[in-house]
Amino acid sequence: MMELVFERTNGLTEKPTHYCPGCTHGIIHRLVGEVLEEMDIIEDTVGVASVGCSVLAYDYFNCDMTQAAHGRAPAVATGIKRVLPKDRIVFTYQGDGDLASIGMAEIVHAAARGENITVIFVNNAIYGMTGGQMAPTSLVGQKTATSPFGRDIALQGSPIRVSELLATLDGASYIERVSTHDVASIIKAKKAIRKAFETQKNGLGFSMVEVLSTCPTNWGIDPKESLDWVKEKMIPEYPLGVYKDVKGGK
Amino acid sequence: MEPRVVFNEELCKGCSLCISACPKNIIYLADRLNSKGYRPATVTEQDKCISCAACGRICPDAVITVYRPKKK
Repeated sequence: MMELVFERTNGLTEKPTHYCPGCTHGIIHRLVGEVLEEMDIIEDTVGVASVGCSVLAYDYFNCDMTQAAHGRAPAVATGIKRVLPKDRIVFTYQGDGDLASIGMAEIVHAAARGENITVIFVNNAIYGMTGGQMAPTSLVGQKTATSPFGRDIALQGSPIRVSELLATLDGASYIERVSTHDVASIIKAKKAIRKAFETQKNGLGFSMVEVLSTCPTNWGIDPKESLDWVKEKMIPEYPLGVYKDVKGGK
Repeated sequence: MEPRVVFNEELCKGCSLCISACPKNIIYLADRLNSKGYRPATVTEQDKCISCAACGRICPDAVITVYRPKKK
């Protein structure tokens, strides 16, 4: 007789994703779905999709979903959270082009207000859907469609570290940066996502998990090399760890 | 024997991340195509699988189900 060890979570719909082969968006979707299922909050949750590759996330999560204008997901989530009964869970799922560029005002002020929402911030250091342009999070020297000779600090400034930035705000309750470059870090990422949703459930205020992710298509390397690129290039620039944990005294 | 690792081949995009994560190196891309035109990941040597589920946890498309023999 066999017993089940691991299966597709009920937190995701049956629909196949449109993501490129090897894109770690799919892993992060699954982790969020697993957390919703394990906390038994699928029926109580409203997700807000953003603009970018994850714009169709409303087809993939098995909870109620909506989708916001570019960068405005935290503002839409604020409205949804405030008008619904207190036991409802509201999260946004945003990429770095959406959150760290056009949506910078919305995310900073949602955190400053201490809105009791959870933000899943997927950082892959590039604009994916629009064809690999430089993002605020692109690394110094990184070649993209709009920085063909590499990002130059004198021309384009330095990468924005969103977790560190938001952790300085009193309204933020839980901020952690995790990665998806190997199985151990994926397990850690899931724990962080669970903690973020629990922060909201306990009414503690704003929570965000920044997940380092890949873009094999626009980085121009294969999926496995992309995981290595996250480990070798991104993590030194974006150190993993808990940046704010009000309950844990950090 | 009953399989320990099962692939929903229609969802697989052949990205091969499971191949890189498998500690026993038993996953490979099959010599057939699914309806999207990808070569799906598969396992023949089921008896060598240790049911660690590393493949399932790294799969971006939730393709994989993992079982282990029930302890008596």
